[in-house]
Amino acid sequence: MTYNDKVVRQFVVMTVIWGIVGMLVGVIIAAQLWLPALNFDLPWLTYSRLRPLHTNAVIFAFGGSALIGTSFYVVQRTCHVRLFAGGLASFVFWGWQLVILAAAISLPMGWTQGKEYAELEWPIDILITVVWVAYAIVFFGTVIKRRVSHIYVANWFYAAFIITIALLHIVNNLSLPITMTKSYPVYTGAVDAMVQWWYGHNAVGFFLTAGFLAMMYYFVPKQAEGPVYSYRLSIVHFWALISIYMWAGPHHLHYTALPDWVQSLGMVFSLILLAPSWGGMINGVMTLSGHWHKLRTDPVLKFMIVALSFYGMSTFEGPMMSIKTVNALSHYTDWTIGHVHSGALGWVAMMTIGSLYSLTPRLMGQKVMYSVKAVDAHFWIATIGIVLYIASMWIAGVMQGLMWRAFNDDGTLTYTFIETIAATKPYYVIRLLGGTLFLAGMFIMAWNTFKTLAQSKAPEFKAAEPAIWGEHA
Amino acid sequence: MLNSFWNWFVIIISVGSILACWWLLHWTKGVSDRSDDDDGSTGHVWDEDLRELNTPLPRWWLHLFNITIVFALVYLALFPGLGNFAGIKSWTQVDQYNAEVAAAEQVQEQIFARFADMDGNALMADAEAMETAGRLFGNNCAMCHGSDGRGAKGFPNLADNDWQWGGSHEDILTTLNAGRMAVMPPHDAILGEDGIREMVAYVQQLSGQKADAELAAAGKSRFMVCAACHGAEGKGNQLLGAPNLTDDIWLYGGNPGDIEYTLLNGRNGVMPAFNQLSEMHRKLLAAYVKSLSGS
Repeated sequence: MTYNDKVVRQFVVMTVIWGIVGMLVGVIIAAQLWLPALNFDLPWLTYSRLRPLHTNAVIFAFGGSALIGTSFYVVQRTCHVRLFAGGLASFVFWGWQLVILAAAISLPMGWTQGKEYAELEWPIDILITVVWVAYAIVFFGTVIKRRVSHIYVANWFYAAFIITIALLHIVNNLSLPITMTKSYPVYTGAVDAMVQWWYGHNAVGFFLTAGFLAMMYYFVPKQAEGPVYSYRLSIVHFWALISIYMWAGPHHLHYTALPDWVQSLGMVFSLILLAPSWGGMINGVMTLSGHWHKLRTDPVLKFMIVALSFYGMSTFEGPMMSIKTVNALSHYTDWTIGHVHSGALGWVAMMTIGSLYSLTPRLMGQKVMYSVKAVDAHFWIATIGIVLYIASMWIAGVMQGLMWRAFNDDGTLTYTFIETIAATKPYYVIRLLGGTLFLAGMFIMAWNTFKTLAQSKAPEFKAAEPAIWGEHA
Repeated sequence: MLNSFWNWFVIIISVGSILACWWLLHWTKGVSDRSDDDDGSTGHVWDEDLRELNTPLPRWWLHLFNITIVFALVYLALFPGLGNFAGIKSWTQVDQYNAEVAAAEQVQEQIFARFADMDGNALMADAEAMETAGRLFGNNCAMCHGSDGRGAKGFPNLADNDWQWGGSHEDILTTLNAGRMAVMPPHDAILGEDGIREMVAYVQQLSGQKADAELAAAGKSRFMVCAACHGAEGKGNQLLGAPNLTDDIWLYGGNPGDIEYTLLNGRNGVMPAFNQLSEMHRKLLAAYVKSLSGS
């Protein structure tokens, strides 16, 4: 029996390509915030249409391809069995690319449901559902026919991610179609807002967190060549994480028409979420413990430790921002953008890049990428880019929050809105620089990935022998 | 208000979830050392070399988790969160807002009390009043009229001495109170292609621009159509918001292309009513706008 790695290789290549596309669009809209004329008065180049294209491309095209691709690799390797339903797995690949293509056309056309991270209109939503069900069948089919007694921890997280995303996607996108390109949600008012942010925050929790923790639980111990720190910790933080995340959505709607009691529940559960989140960070960092010397020679591990550090930092920042008093300052400012990118670039992208640098050579029967030096260069360029991005958005965000709320004894606002924008401009330039550096790193990765894959023909790998562990718990 | 079923549903499921976390921590502490191998791992091996240790939960992490649980329970006792239970402090965001607004208004009242009996001219002469009014202008008017009040294409310049709807304190106040709607209808049907070309020339000539004299003369003979609003001499009519065409001030642009566009397609000028602002604010703004024109 051999493993099915073709679909994994396809997803690896598309992850890098969509990463470049998504981040390029991000750089363009960052430049437009600095120089609005850069939309050239073309409707499909305006910020309002490109921004959802950026978020959808980086989350679902880049992140999604990375998650599906690595899950197909990991589930085979840790179940000691070939992927279930190979034809269906190919359908998942091509179907997912079709979804992305549809997004890349429909969003610049301005067809949108107007729900953040759920902008795609109903025909595309139906396609996503079909592809996702196929994905679930392939993944769980493989888990069911596994030839090991126990399901490896990475697969718990992939499983939670797959099930929850299906639930979130279907519930939040229930709408009444009017035409092929227009629909209205079945929910109204504050209920609609609550459903949207229940979806929105769990997209963060299950797509961008649980899925990438799954990646971490396979690739960190593999790359460090050491055991996972604590099985027990993984159980506790897994169950706590998936049960508590579900509640955190209302913190996106503090001081709105949402009833007070819902806001409070969102806030306290966001605070409880701190420890379960850090459980994952501890397990990752402590798995690397004892292998620190390898950081000197292996830049792939550097990506992983920085990813875990940013994960710890943004999962501390998140609960703090959910406190109503803090949120009153931070909400609607660029602080939120900084927070999101410390998670998205620092955690999600760095973990993806590290995992792909670990995975790509393995797919070719090699130990390392074509150029380890290029991996190291990518690491430094990306890290400097993130620091510039986040630091500038922190400063900009706190400044905006303070300027917006300042008022005089006569009740007038101290600053006009345009003054706050003028004050933010230098930070937009620094952010643009940070984003450009991060994008530049992706080009290095594309070259290195191409060189690694083009070295020889990809070998077939024999599946590992069955492993039955008797009565051990 | 939730009905009693949903009230208890929320309470039970919220408190239950929090207590479940506590139970999870407690339970894993209890089953600490089951079936570990000698090397401290669980004895399971995946994919040739993937192993797991069974290290106990870090103590500091357990404490952190417990602290957040205690905080949550205390917070939910004090603040609204558990269904219809208002919390011991009976806090609501509406009360918080009202209290902050009331406190701010108390301070404002003392400042505005001084302006109560002042008329437009007195306000214009009062530095403090104009400072407040300037900030009101920046936050309410500047988005259309510009932070210096000089307007833009389609948005009147308030800093010159040309008034579409009248420039007395009372006129400006009426503009702020009720808003204004200026309608220039399209004239393509009534003037025809030649007529439009002639009228463009005449309007140019009226404003003192160079224009083809022959065309302008022909345009003048058709000006009756325009005179209903702009007056026989083209000097405009403030009652209708019809601009004076004999000066060189242009709301929608004064080159032949702009004038032709206006004649062909018409223009709609909308100044919204600003009665969301207090009467005192509007009075101050009227004085400020007048002061911008230096009159």
